[in-house]
Amino acid sequence: MRRSDRAKRMYGKGLRQLSIATVVALAASLSLVFFYAPLDADQGFIQKIFYLHVPLAITALVGFVGGGVFAVLHLRSGDRRWDAWSYVSIHMSVIFGVAVLITGSIWAKASWGHWWVWDEPTLVSFLIVFLMYATYYPFRYAIEDPERQGRYASVFAIVAGAFVPLNFMAVRLAQSLVHPRVFATTNGGLPGSMMLTFLACLAAVALLWVTLVKLELTTKSASGQLKRLRRALDAPAPGGGSRIAPEVS
Amino acid sequence: MTRSRTAFAAILAKDLRGELRTLQSLPAMALFAVTTFVVFRFGLDRTSLSGSLASGVLWATLLFAALLGVNRLFVAEREEGGFDAIRLAPIDRSALFAAKATALLVYLLALELVVVPVFAIFFLDSAAALGPLVAVLLLADLGLAATGTLISSMAVHSRARDLLGPLVLLPLVVPLMIAATGASEPLLAAGGPGYHRFGTWLAVLCLYDLVFLLVGYAVFDFLLED
Repeated sequence: MRRSDRAKRMYGKGLRQLSIATVVALAASLSLVFFYAPLDADQGFIQKIFYLHVPLAITALVGFVGGGVFAVLHLRSGDRRWDAWSYVSIHMSVIFGVAVLITGSIWAKASWGHWWVWDEPTLVSFLIVFLMYATYYPFRYAIEDPERQGRYASVFAIVAGAFVPLNFMAVRLAQSLVHPRVFATTNGGLPGSMMLTFLACLAAVALLWVTLVKLELTTKSASGQLKRLRRALDAPAPGGGSRIAPEVS
Repeated sequence: MTRSRTAFAAILAKDLRGELRTLQSLPAMALFAVTTFVVFRFGLDRTSLSGSLASGVLWATLLFAALLGVNRLFVAEREEGGFDAIRLAPIDRSALFAAKATALLVYLLALELVVVPVFAIFFLDSAAALGPLVAVLLLADLGLAATGTLISSMAVHSRARDLLGPLVLLPLVVPLMIAATGASEPLLAAGGPGYHRFGTWLAVLCLYDLVFLLVGYAVFDFLLED
């Protein structure tokens, strides 16, 4: 049982404290959003979705790129644990990505009257990045050999990581030069109280991401151990691994 | 160095000879592209195209025709043990990547040699844009060859290879298509070719090619390990 202790120490440790910190941070930053940050002069109440939308987007993008970094570590070291990290990072970021697209859509409807606007390069770039990473799942699913699956998934994560900045550049250039930037989301344009609220939200959302990643890794590690124990008790079932997710040891 | 160059030349020659003898990919790609033009003629209900419509029709058609070639690229290697042979041979694995990407580049150029003149005859008023368009085609083909080879070599090992290649490749080449259509749009404009931001788009294409050729070269070793 020393093995399971080690695994627990690696993934489960601090999960409770981290979850509590996340809940506190989310509650605090949401109360900042609703009770402290001033109403936006132009957009009014709907502008408050900015405090959710932008941190989600930043966290998701960092998570995508982080998935690529873990993939590099996986290929360099051959350690399957990095593959699990890479998979879970991308997985969480795709889920956050859905939230980004939905909140962005709500914001677009409220401020321009359309659910989708093609003029906002950041939103369009994010959609393309999201579509790219959405193919990560069918890609992983379709490769049966677990070792090969891990390697190919890592190559995918690296290719997609290189694709993210290129895509942002190309989409931004595709806007005609005369088009005005609708949002002044460059942080210099924000008053201090909004900036503080935004940073608090960013920290809270990032904490949420880390907690969920840790939770997912702990769950995967636990079910991997369970499977190993079952296999040790019964007759070993050949080839009965999880098809999509990497097993965590 | 010379050894991997020999391997590169041998694999490339094998591929091109195989294609010339079996004609598995190219005629299908060309036929697909020409038929797609006909579909666009009725879908858009236009008999002549210019500007953004022309560049959109041209690039969408070329991209989907290219996907057919990308799908077939590694099938022979997979089914007839070419991968094992490469693995056994004492050569640099990147030679396979370089040779396959070059083969795909040759297919794409051959395809465009047929299809772009047909496009011009079908839809364009003058052929003046075709000269500068060659630069855009070359750079875009290079990027397509790099990403196509990379994705195809992975997709061919999966259960759903015909599905997976296009599925993954399509979002990956969106920036390439943005740049290629951006450069072609003023070239194909109604009043003769224009060069609005032509250099910017060519630079984006160059950057895309460079990034994915380097990434492909760097990761291809890991795709052949077994």
